[in-house]
Amino acid sequence: MPALATAKAGAEAEAIGTRSHLIYFSSTSENTRRFVEKLGVDAARIPLYAKEAPLLATEPYVLVVPTYGGTGGEGSVPKQVIRFLNNPQNRALIRGVIGAGNTNFADNYCMAGDIIAAKCQVPHLYRFELMGTPEDVQRVNQGLEKFWTRLSQKQK
Amino acid sequence: MTEKVKLLSHVEAINWNRIQDEKDVEVWNRLVNNFWLPEKVPLSNDVQSWHTLTPQEQQLTMRVFTGLTLLDTIQGTVGAVSLIPDALTPHEEAVYTNIAFMESVHAKSYSSIFSTLCSTKEIDDAFRWSVENENLQKKAQIVMDYYYGDEPLKRKVASTLLESFLFYSGFYLPMYWSSRAKLTNTADLIRLIIRDEAVHGYYIGYKFQRGLEKVSEAKRQEIKDYTFELLFELYENEVQYTHDLYDGVGLSEDVKKFLHYNANKALMNLGYEAMFPASVTDVNPAILSALSPNADENHDFFSGSGSSYVIGKAVNTEDEDWAF
Repeated sequence: MPALATAKAGAEAEAIGTRSHLIYFSSTSENTRRFVEKLGVDAARIPLYAKEAPLLATEPYVLVVPTYGGTGGEGSVPKQVIRFLNNPQNRALIRGVIGAGNTNFADNYCMAGDIIAAKCQVPHLYRFELMGTPEDVQRVNQGLEKFWTRLSQKQK
Repeated sequence: MTEKVKLLSHVEAINWNRIQDEKDVEVWNRLVNNFWLPEKVPLSNDVQSWHTLTPQEQQLTMRVFTGLTLLDTIQGTVGAVSLIPDALTPHEEAVYTNIAFMESVHAKSYSSIFSTLCSTKEIDDAFRWSVENENLQKKAQIVMDYYYGDEPLKRKVASTLLESFLFYSGFYLPMYWSSRAKLTNTADLIRLIIRDEAVHGYYIGYKFQRGLEKVSEAKRQEIKDYTFELLFELYENEVQYTHDLYDGVGLSEDVKKFLHYNANKALMNLGYEAMFPASVTDVNPAILSALSPNADENHDFFSGSGSSYVIGKAVNTEDEDWAF
């Protein structure tokens, strides 16, 4: 049904570009948002609802993605993040992933980060639980700084 | 007990096609997908392993499990049910009925472990111990008092602390045995319980935060103070309880680190910052990896040397809507 498809595409809001080097997803629990805010760096949030304008990365970035449980990986990556990564430009610019979760989820702890790292061939840089501890914030800030420096040196 | 149980005064037919809070659907689906029964776990494979434990270790294990049974029973028959009248949406009420039932499954699963591994007399002795142990009874009483109290937000705090903190003096032991390749099937069953409690604590903590948004700043401060007071009260009792159980096998200090680590997670579920510093939350790595094989920090690119890090290990489970 081509007519329907066109109508649907037309209804989609235009993508919003971001130059942030940190892009994250957070559900209404806001755990991941709280963690990202504690980092104190510029960051862009992947929209929660399909009716919102999609996010488009325009610079290399690291993705912060939570896992809410599940078993054997299925359903681990939030639909919104799948939608975001289905855009080839977003996929081309991802450089690493940071996972959030809860060790209570056993094998599935930070599984979304593992899945994205494997699919996009980028390193799973770090894992933290819930909204992260002060030590997590410190390690990620230091780690990201080193990571971006190393990447920029490689490109020279 | 003479108190009248509070019930909803008004009920309308629940419409799952009109959702006020997507989190209700998300958590309902998660809980349904996580559903399990103890009969699916081959506990009888642990019989041989059980007999490698000393009588003292066996007794400790049974006591730990009767303590956990008591908490699950409270949460199933009082705790989760007491949250229903305070629910903000009809779907939240439905999620609590799911949580209540699952807690009863947890409580029953300990009896499956007992009937597989122990004699009737040993089982009866362990249950008698659970009635007679002061610190276990006190922890149950503290939580029960709040469930019967008239403050919805405080009930959610007590409930989240039970789900995310009070269980862990007990959960430690099967993780310890598992790290030594003992009672591994029992540990598999306990991991299913641990996974459920994480979703329960997350959800009740989330609803607590939604409720907190609706009250004044002064009330918010009062609830925060109350939360930390209650945590301290429960923590002090938990330390005593830990010594009662674990002094005989020399594990109390190791268990306490696990308590601190989980107390921090309980606070985070309620939207508060972690309280215990990293110097006292350094859980034994063997326990942490028994809990989650991915928790080892050497898995991380930032923490490791980086050079040995392998990108893209095979993950064969995927969702259908990936376009690449």
